[in-house]
Amino acid sequence: MSISLAVISPKAPPPPRPQPWSSTRIIGHVLMALWIVAGASLLWYLASNVASPFVLKYWSDYLDGIWTTIQIVVISLAIGSLLSLPIAAGRSSKRKIFFLPAYAYVYIFRGTPLLAQTFLIYYGAGSFRPELQEIGLWWFFRDAWYCVIFAFSLNTSAYQAEILRGAIQSVPKGQWEGAQALGLSRPIIFWKIILPQALMVSLRPYGNEIILMVKGSAIASIVTVFDLMGETRRAFSRSFDFQAYIWAAVFYLLIVEILRQIWDRLERRLTRHLQR
Amino acid sequence: MDDLLTLLSFGDAGWGDEIATGVFITVSLAIATIPFGLVLGFLLALAKRSEDQSLRLAANIYTTIFRGLPELLTLFLVYYGVQIGLQQLTQMLGFDAYIEVNSFAAGMIALAMVFSSYASEAFLSAFQGIPQGQYEGGYALGLSKRQTMVLVIAPQLLRLSLPALSNLWLILLKDTALVSVIGLADLVRQAGMAARITKEPFLFFGIAFLIYLVLAILSSIGLSRIDAYAKRGEASR
Repeated sequence: MSISLAVISPKAPPPPRPQPWSSTRIIGHVLMALWIVAGASLLWYLASNVASPFVLKYWSDYLDGIWTTIQIVVISLAIGSLLSLPIAAGRSSKRKIFFLPAYAYVYIFRGTPLLAQTFLIYYGAGSFRPELQEIGLWWFFRDAWYCVIFAFSLNTSAYQAEILRGAIQSVPKGQWEGAQALGLSRPIIFWKIILPQALMVSLRPYGNEIILMVKGSAIASIVTVFDLMGETRRAFSRSFDFQAYIWAAVFYLLIVEILRQIWDRLERRLTRHLQR
Repeated sequence: MDDLLTLLSFGDAGWGDEIATGVFITVSLAIATIPFGLVLGFLLALAKRSEDQSLRLAANIYTTIFRGLPELLTLFLVYYGVQIGLQQLTQMLGFDAYIEVNSFAAGMIALAMVFSSYASEAFLSAFQGIPQGQYEGGYALGLSKRQTMVLVIAPQLLRLSLPALSNLWLILLKDTALVSVIGLADLVRQAGMAARITKEPFLFFGIAFLIYLVLAILSSIGLSRIDAYAKRGEASR
């Protein structure tokens, strides 16, 4: 048995491992240098153009465009979330009369491009002009704005229905059984026990869906709606100044990054009981 | 009904052949994008896993940008950006030429950029499914780092990332519709042209819509076959 008689003084930490200039490190530094140069020149370009005739002429159009984009996204997402409830219910139903139509709806809207859906609704409605005028719906399909909202709502409802269904199915069966054993009624079990847990699971996919919607809303510009992308294309076609697209890129990246940050905060807040 | 069939027939009277070429261009654009997107995505995933911080950061900046920009805007940035850039370059060199970028190539570059940034995430999560022992086993057999990556890791990686990549393929197929905006005569553009001339928009856009649906169904059948083939070594559970 050995007893230490003196206190052993702590040793100095080992020197940091030398980082050799390996090929990956060189490539990384070169690429980072390229990004820094690109970012700095972008900043310089934007800063030198803040007071340029282009910006002075079009900045209010850009603000209008951003506002229109936000409106399109918020309204479509809201209508889509309402529509997604019956679709998700049908999709998880065991009866074929409910399951098959809901399945077909989700498959069709997820399997075709949003652009083709928008064209089919906006231009395709023209084929039925007399009929639509007769039932008094022509004012709706004549207006690109309504058609875009309609197409985007249908599209996002299919995606949201899948998110919702997946989330509800991810709640373990024991939660239902436990609540039933406590004598709770089915609606109360669903609203108070299943849904809150499902929403937590679906938070991240919902956030991705919002970002997809912001990016997808650029398609509205093709059918003459002047959202951010539409204003950008108009400004470019009038001025032939490439900074039109660069400003749009900056705005879109800002919107998406802000949304991502908000969503991260929200998720951290809502799952704070799960964090250690 | 006969009128509609005439409109859809092949030949001078109908639009069947135009739409068929549109489908061909749509499909070939998607297929031509895949190899570039996959290779770039794989390299990005390697960069994001590297020990060097600067390389990781550089790759992350790339994905943040191309996942945040709308695909349509990326397309315009590439199409007009390359065009204006080349024009300024030739002017600096003293030529005076009007340059027009091929819209197929521009579409391919833009779609490959978007595809690769999503594919890199798919590969990255697939990398986590490969145990460390696979690398060690490769080194123990005397394979070099590169050989281990190509012969041992990459085949498993492809198999693990197949579900995510199938999803990305379906998204890519849908995104090709956007290329019609920069003038490539793909399915949507041909349908639009036919709709304008024949004044039958619902018929032709409906046909385009259904063709996209059929393409999606065919791809998911094909992809599930590939998935079954990739899984042939796994025990059935």
